[in-house]
Amino acid sequence: MRGCCIVVFEILAYDFMQRALLTGSVIAVLCSVVGMFLVLRRYSLFGDAIAHSSFGGVALGLFLGIYPLWMAYVVSIISAILITRIKERFDISGDAAIAVMLSSGIAVALVIIGLSGGFSIDIFSFLFGSILLVSADDTILVLALTGSILLIILALFRQLLYSTFDEKQAKVSGIHVDRINYLIIFIAGLTVVTAIQLVGVLLISALFVIPNVTAMMLGRGFQSTVIISVVLSVSCVISGIMLSYVLNIAPAGSIVVLSIIVLGCVMAAKSRGLLVWAQTK
Amino acid sequence: MSKPIEISGLGVDYSGVTALEDVSFDVNEGDFLGIIGPNGAGKSTLFSCMLGLNTTYNGTVRIFGQDIRKSRDALKKLGYVPQQMHFERNFPVTVKEVIRMGLWHGINEARVDEVMRELWIHELGNKRIGELSGGQQQRVFIAKAIVNDPKLLIMDEPVTGIDQTSINLFYGILKDLNFNHGITIVWSSHDLDAVNLLASQIACLNKKLYFHGSADTFFEDEDLVRLHSEGSMHLHMNTHPPDANTKLVTNAASDNLG
Repeated sequence: MRGCCIVVFEILAYDFMQRALLTGSVIAVLCSVVGMFLVLRRYSLFGDAIAHSSFGGVALGLFLGIYPLWMAYVVSIISAILITRIKERFDISGDAAIAVMLSSGIAVALVIIGLSGGFSIDIFSFLFGSILLVSADDTILVLALTGSILLIILALFRQLLYSTFDEKQAKVSGIHVDRINYLIIFIAGLTVVTAIQLVGVLLISALFVIPNVTAMMLGRGFQSTVIISVVLSVSCVISGIMLSYVLNIAPAGSIVVLSIIVLGCVMAAKSRGLLVWAQTK
Repeated sequence: MSKPIEISGLGVDYSGVTALEDVSFDVNEGDFLGIIGPNGAGKSTLFSCMLGLNTTYNGTVRIFGQDIRKSRDALKKLGYVPQQMHFERNFPVTVKEVIRMGLWHGINEARVDEVMRELWIHELGNKRIGELSGGQQQRVFIAKAIVNDPKLLIMDEPVTGIDQTSINLFYGILKDLNFNHGITIVWSSHDLDAVNLLASQIACLNKKLYFHGSADTFFEDEDLVRLHSEGSMHLHMNTHPPDANTKLVTNAASDNLG
């Protein structure tokens, strides 16, 4: 126990670890809240598609000499809107539209990397995350973005929840469902690129989906489920970053593995009937 | 004061197939209108137009005097209970949270509790909506529809797939809402006995409006009831606007309602 405390204090003594823990926790909160709406709308892979597209944006940014994350934000939002438009206009199923965008992003990135003859910075940090390398400016940006997005969600909570629960009913209640749908997509685009710093393009879906799927087995109402999801996600991110320091492994991997372990434990407990308040199969 | 519903010359085509043709009728304040007709008669299309979900139609639909295509303000005076809610069974939302969705302005817990007591669901408040039976869910959706004190309640075959005990309780609640709370109700149903029991007005629809008038007039006409019950009624609407009178001409050689 004493040894654990010493390690924790040692970790917290480093500026870069403080920034990583703070930024990672804030990103975890954001991904849980936004991810809950995506999961319930059956958009679980949507985050993956946007993340892969934004990787194309990162490569494009590096190629053009623009800060890669800015370009990733632009490309991810355009991709998110494109997925929705393609789905609506050409009557293509959601999963097919997502698959198209998912592969397009990586393909574009590979072509650009090939044409440029490679980049001096480590593009793989975008693939697997680089939370330990976030700067103070990155932390401020993440805090500001998360605060803004959460305020928007809070202000439009009824509309977001109602249109997620039943679109038709929400329309009859006078909610502009189409606008709300585009807002969710826009927010998801911003969130994905923000979260790339934590777990990278390849593991982004884990942050959106795993804590929420776990929380849905534990929570009863919407608000309680979101709170459980946030607590689980932040716990896994903090533990995962610390574990990565101790074991000298990639933080993204340890965060996601811990999340999966928690999910597995909850599933096991539920299947043995230990979660008496858990509602349905 | 404007009537809850005024429909004039309503016509809807889906890719050249007529769903509704020249439908006109009004619903007065306090009416309990039962809309009957076979499957594919256009009842759901009619409801979509009344609710502002379908805006590509000919004619006009006015809700409390407002053209629903031009202004959605009238929706604030309206509650809607669908045939079935399309939600995930595992959607993490409690009964109370569902009812709160019906509130337009802020949270009013006292009103939510009051509505839950009225509909006998006050003990279900913290349960997940997916845990409830079909009858209980339907009562929750009525609670959501009336929590905002609507003047008009529209229901599209709301008892489909619900057990008889729950249906009886449901009908009692509807009668109370109409009789004691003065809520105008428009309700579509295949159950003629229930329509006879509850409705003060009846609209008989099969793409065209074949009858609109008092329930007494409809049910006093034994031939009409028998033919409708058999699902093979052949009706020929006279050329007068249906809301101008309640006359109906049966004609075995004319349009098939069944």
